[in-house]
Amino acid sequence: MDLPVINSIPSSGEPAAGGGCASNSCGSTDDQLGHLPEHIRAKVHNHPCYSEQAHHYFARMHVAVAPACNIQCHYCNRKYDCSNESRPGVVSEVLTPQQAVKKVMAVAANIPQMTVLGIAGPGDPLANPERTFATFRELSEKAPDIKLCVSTNGLALPESVEELAKHNIDHVTITINCVDPDVGAQIYPWVFWKNERVMGREGAAILIEQQQKGLEMLTARGILVKVNSVMIPGVNDKHLAEVSKVVKSKGAFLHNVMPLIAEPEHGTFYGLMGQPSPTAEELQKLQDACSGDMNMMRHCRQCRADAVGLLGEDRGQEFTMDKIEDMEIDYPAAMVKRAEVHAEIAKELEEKDNKARAAKAELVSIHGMTPSAPATRPVLMAVSTKGGGVINEHFGHAHEFLVYEASGNGVRFIGHRKTTPYCEGGSSCGDGETALDETLRVLKGCEVVLSAKIGFEPWAPLEAAGIQPNGEHAMEPIEEAIAAVYEELRAAGKLDEKPNPQQKVA
Amino acid sequence: MSLEIIESCVNCYACEPLCPNEAIYQAAPHFLIDPDKCTECLGDFDDAQCTSICPIEGAIVDELGVALNLPGSLTGISAEMLAKYQAAVEAAYQAALAAKAG
Repeated sequence: MDLPVINSIPSSGEPAAGGGCASNSCGSTDDQLGHLPEHIRAKVHNHPCYSEQAHHYFARMHVAVAPACNIQCHYCNRKYDCSNESRPGVVSEVLTPQQAVKKVMAVAANIPQMTVLGIAGPGDPLANPERTFATFRELSEKAPDIKLCVSTNGLALPESVEELAKHNIDHVTITINCVDPDVGAQIYPWVFWKNERVMGREGAAILIEQQQKGLEMLTARGILVKVNSVMIPGVNDKHLAEVSKVVKSKGAFLHNVMPLIAEPEHGTFYGLMGQPSPTAEELQKLQDACSGDMNMMRHCRQCRADAVGLLGEDRGQEFTMDKIEDMEIDYPAAMVKRAEVHAEIAKELEEKDNKARAAKAELVSIHGMTPSAPATRPVLMAVSTKGGGVINEHFGHAHEFLVYEASGNGVRFIGHRKTTPYCEGGSSCGDGETALDETLRVLKGCEVVLSAKIGFEPWAPLEAAGIQPNGEHAMEPIEEAIAAVYEELRAAGKLDEKPNPQQKVA
Repeated sequence: MSLEIIESCVNCYACEPLCPNEAIYQAAPHFLIDPDKCTECLGDFDDAQCTSICPIEGAIVDELGVALNLPGSLTGISAEMLAKYQAAVEAAYQAALAAKAG
């Protein structure tokens, strides 16, 4: 039997090597990171977008300095100014580099958990090289402790690699939806290339060539590359396993397959033509299929191009430009505070890991579990959390549930499922019944839901839906609680029962 | 001869650095083209650069007011689909109003 808690810090020492998704929380092994130089592995451990474990503790922000784009994607509407929607490519206000720097400094002073600043749009950062690099240049001087990263469609990547390396930007995300121009022609209506708009398949072929070239150039320089892919059922869903293989062979260290977001009110081509998005089950199946080939990322929240805070939360409204103007900030003191907070978190993670290792040793000694023990069936469990890696959110307040798979091999993170909170906590729950139906639907396939507290009302409907509510592990670390519940199920003989056919062995 | 940017411009900046004549400038509520400087890229490029990167159909027009990127030509969104969009936006707006009232 392997570690009961897969996404813990490996024993190799410093937490640096233990970034959740980057190492082993996604059902992958340390060996898959083995090809990365140690100094690059060290860059991942506190990056919330790269490390599943880090995303419970560390915060990030995006600044929207890059409105121009050099391609069109069918899932994007270039009228990017949306204040109420949470999806990539929308922002409330575009900032100048000077405003962006000011905003980053203000946020980093008020949210000391912040480790990462990304530029992700609302257009393509590398189609706005002056604005993007001016922001990076100033920030690397004023806040040298903040990691800088950038997300791009890849078209202008090869010509930007030199400049990226100069600014010490060690994380680049490329969105690669295909490696076949025939597939690309169904996703990208045009690209702007060498002073011309190039339509259809020809444009897609250029984009693919530049993406692959840029990927190779970055990895050759030791710059960390994550690949994002949008799963578009019927368009590239069958093709993404191939994409995964190709990008891994070229040195990408993490693959993030995200579900298409397409609603008519977004005004995108896919939204308006009724292109379906994948279900949570379809997404998981594809992620599992790709995970044989490389490290898969499953905790992405597809955030806005101006998001602020922990993944899954957005505190952007606290940091609008007019509010920042009124803030009095002691920047040097803020940097010292950040260093302290980051050190505290690192210590907490180390202690958590030591505890998990001790728990594993105990489990093995009590039950005599060995790698040759017969495999028990995997069980999906959902938890509600506000962050910090513990079960600390009430069932009725949860905007999302994190889904984990417990099995004889341990506990691994599967993904998150968004919902409408069953009850916002007010005196009246309004259309709470509808919200509960939605939650029951998104939790389909889960057999247990763990929350800090679960009210009387949803209890019976949850049980009727085959989901056991569990409020006994409030404030406990997520993986430990899940391992404990799995052990209870095993002891009660519930794992001998016929497995649910929807659930899949890791 | 000069091209013109009209109100559907979303201020994405994409055209501004491409203009060989530096005729495009930021203004409120949207970017504008200096008609004295614009040559429609004649002699520099086969296609006007602003028109070639602009993502918004109809946002750039010629001297006769004719859109250079026709509806549906860049996004594939037909007039019928657009009507659906407007209906969806209206429905979302009404729902928000109703929620506020309720």
